[in-house]
Amino acid sequence: MISQEKIIHGLIAAIATLVLAFPLLGVKLVTDGISPHLENADTNTIVSILVASLAVFFVQVFKDHLSSAFSAIPRPDLLSKIPRPTTTSGRDKAEKIATMLLIAFALAWPFAASRGSVDLATLVLIYVMLGLGLNIVVGLAGLLDLGYVAFYAVGAYSYALLSDYYGLSFWVCLPIAGLLAAAFGFLLGFPVLRLRGDYLAIVTLGFGEIIRIMINNLTSLTGGPNGIGNIPKPTLPAIQTEPDLALVGLEFGKRAKTEGNIPFHEYFGIAYDGSYKVIFLYLLAVLLVVFTIYVIRRLVRMPVGRAWEALREDEIACRSLGLNRTAIKLSAFTMGASFAGFAGAFFAARQGFISPESFTFIESAIILAIVVLGGMGSQFGIILAAIAMTVLPEIAREFQEYRMLLFGVMMVFMMIWRPQGLLPAKRPQLEMTHD
Amino acid sequence: MTDLILDVKNLSMQFGGLMAVDGVSLGIGDKQIVSVIGPNGAGKTTVFNCISGFYTPTGGEVRFQGQEIQGLPDFKISRLGMVRTFQHVRLFSNMTVIENLLVAQHRHVNTNLLSGLFKTPDYKRKEKEAMDYAAYWLRKVNLLDLANRESGNLSYGQQRRLEIARCMVTKPQLLMLDEPAAGLNPNETNELDNLIVSLKEDYNVSILLIEHDMGLVMGISDIIYVINQGRPLASGTPDEIKANPQVIKAYLGES
Amino acid sequence: MVEASLYFIQQLLNGLTIGSTYALIAIGYTMVYGIIGMINFAHGEIYMIGMYVSFVAITGLMMAGITFLPVVLLLALAFSMFVSSTYGWAVERVAYRPLRGGNRLIPLISAIGMSIFLQNYVRLAQGSRDVAIPSLIEGNWSFGPADGFQATVSLMQVIIWISTVISMFALTQFIARSKTGKACRAVAEDLKMANLLGIDTNRVISVTFIIGAALAAVAGLLLGLYYGVANPFVGFIAGLKAFTAAVLGGIGSIPGAMLGGLLLGVTESMTGAYFSTEYKDVVSFGLLVLILLFRPTGLLGKPEVEKI
Repeated sequence: MISQEKIIHGLIAAIATLVLAFPLLGVKLVTDGISPHLENADTNTIVSILVASLAVFFVQVFKDHLSSAFSAIPRPDLLSKIPRPTTTSGRDKAEKIATMLLIAFALAWPFAASRGSVDLATLVLIYVMLGLGLNIVVGLAGLLDLGYVAFYAVGAYSYALLSDYYGLSFWVCLPIAGLLAAAFGFLLGFPVLRLRGDYLAIVTLGFGEIIRIMINNLTSLTGGPNGIGNIPKPTLPAIQTEPDLALVGLEFGKRAKTEGNIPFHEYFGIAYDGSYKVIFLYLLAVLLVVFTIYVIRRLVRMPVGRAWEALREDEIACRSLGLNRTAIKLSAFTMGASFAGFAGAFFAARQGFISPESFTFIESAIILAIVVLGGMGSQFGIILAAIAMTVLPEIAREFQEYRMLLFGVMMVFMMIWRPQGLLPAKRPQLEMTHD
Repeated sequence: MTDLILDVKNLSMQFGGLMAVDGVSLGIGDKQIVSVIGPNGAGKTTVFNCISGFYTPTGGEVRFQGQEIQGLPDFKISRLGMVRTFQHVRLFSNMTVIENLLVAQHRHVNTNLLSGLFKTPDYKRKEKEAMDYAAYWLRKVNLLDLANRESGNLSYGQQRRLEIARCMVTKPQLLMLDEPAAGLNPNETNELDNLIVSLKEDYNVSILLIEHDMGLVMGISDIIYVINQGRPLASGTPDEIKANPQVIKAYLGES
Repeated sequence: MVEASLYFIQQLLNGLTIGSTYALIAIGYTMVYGIIGMINFAHGEIYMIGMYVSFVAITGLMMAGITFLPVVLLLALAFSMFVSSTYGWAVERVAYRPLRGGNRLIPLISAIGMSIFLQNYVRLAQGSRDVAIPSLIEGNWSFGPADGFQATVSLMQVIIWISTVISMFALTQFIARSKTGKACRAVAEDLKMANLLGIDTNRVISVTFIIGAALAAVAGLLLGLYYGVANPFVGFIAGLKAFTAAVLGGIGSIPGAMLGGLLLGVTESMTGAYFSTEYKDVVSFGLLVLILLFRPTGLLGKPEVEKI
């Protein structure tokens, strides 16, 4: 049954595996000390390499048998597992209820959870926001932006610098950060958006790197590689009645750092607890994410959302109908950038410290991986993907080491297996009702 | 000559060393159906691409309602009121039939982001108008029952009609159809024939047509232009063209 | 005056050195793009792997007692080219071949994933710290006034130039003369048509990846010896630079990649010398952006006509 040809194929593949693995995995180059030398890898590694190449051999030889066995397993269609009311209004209602429940849970949860997990959840929410924002550009408008982190950086540095130089509060800076990031998106997007998809990707990557290098080198303004520290945390606005009626900011430290602000626990007359700060930051992140989700949900149902989809499907047809592709793409690019700006400002406020290191290409790649895994265009999928990508490495420490490796594998695998993502977006189609 | 809605003079288009279109002129009056015919590869679609702005012609002049338009970007030309279809149907195939028509009305709806986010009354009214207008055209091309289907699932003939409806909702003065009857059965071709005539009679649209189906062309055209190997060969009424020995030779020589 | 021009010449020579290696890497981008129209984002990592493998090979040979330098270098080069080619071949088989013919962005995302994977694979296997080998090739010539600025050409630089010229010559001969080379050109011209004519396009595509990877390995060895250090992250920037070079020369064009590499190397070296080292990368990326915006066909590329 097994032809000679297949065995040769299998042998080639197995030998190739050995060639790939041995020079890098089988020996380790040690160059500290007097002279460089090679160390053999431990027996486990050697055995694994041999087993791997044996496995490759058998997979190649029995490929047909395997693939027929695999095709017998149905590809999980997760979408069909989720009950879907058939009418639009029914679906809307079900979605609304589910969303409400989810939000209620997200708001109540931190009061029962540990401080560490609330903190982690806040990080997850930042990635959710970034994923949703990038999704506008990649998933909805179909533009591969590899420099998305640049707008995140613009948002973060906007807040850090504005509060450092002008003492502006988080609440003032948040919209400014969004606007500045959007302005950057507009300026960078304007020239590049008429480029073809893959060139656009590389150009955005170039822009992302340029912005990072600029931040790194404009030491007098941005602190260069040392970054900016002591960025104030957000405050909770409250009304003060004594001595005069006034709006004050509540801080979550033991003592107020900024003149005129009041510590949270003093205002409410309760004992100081460090977890208030963590919960407050978390709730703030929930608020930002809910805002993001709401805006995007509206956008996809609006003419601009329709135009993004149409442009993704057939650009030439769009042009023939009088749609200005640059303007429409620009709207997606700018909008996506503004959400990165919000996320950046929040990130800076949460961390209290930012440096160019947080804004490398790898960060863009992680956000892209979230969008890819979540299903380009699908909001729910992106939330799940952000949770998976952020929480998994925290739960399993050993996993942390392999995190990026697995991200890479996952991206390749997803493109081959399900380029539309685990939960592919089904854009809400507008239905016509007969009067 | 000023009453021409589209006036093309001496159009030429060169790709590298190849002269794909060379000195083609044509004119379309108000409420006229004008056809461009010629053997395969004669450069008909290239003429279309030049007129509609997808290519920038390397020579010649294109005037639409008196305004010079050669070199303008395609979407601006479309906005002036001349819209085209494509030889291979280009629908937004994952979008529903009605959505295809809504996208085409992009300029007529309220695209202000804030109005959309807050669903202002004006936004809602414009969306409703767009929907009604789309429904009107769907009824006209007999696709109303399929409004909520994904357009990629329609039959070929239905897709052709939808493409024409999608052009019409942009409210054009000139409609350019690139081989609309290709792939249609005789019955569908007949319906198309009626539709095109109705567009002209009832909606005051002028039509520029590229077509191989001679029955259709001869039946509805006011003027026919023949081009061969990128050059103008003849022009005239259907009867003149039928009798033109050069045209007969070009067509017979082709096979 | 003499000093200034010597300084200029020095920068030019340095630029040509780096530029030659950019050109070698750029070939891989340009050939793959020319044939299947995809940006092989992971190509920079192949270069990095080439550098590591040549370090491993050199160290291994030295430990085995082989110290005659030309033999060490040639064997290390051959080994590194072989291993890197296997990587290039395997990457195409695993990550790109199943995706052929669809949306352009899907293979690009896959390639980004591959790039991240390879970078971290080497990081986990060999550690993230710099590895260094002692400089093997000594010797240089200086010219200029004894008491002023002297321009220096090192033997290593000369070796880089010569190796680049030899590689490029071999490549052009291969493309022009050999049967596979001719098939490559046919496939680049029109993949579908070549397929119809009975050319095994899969094989040609594999060969393209192998050649690209082999040349990247040459660059890896040369730059590895030139700088003496490697780490798992050198591939990313080098890859971007080489891609810039390919675009500058006109992506898809082999002479373009050579020209683009040299031009970029010189531009960088001049920026570093006369403007600022910090902004060297900004200038290259800026150049990339500008070319793509205003002349996407590069210096020697052919324009594409949009088919409607």
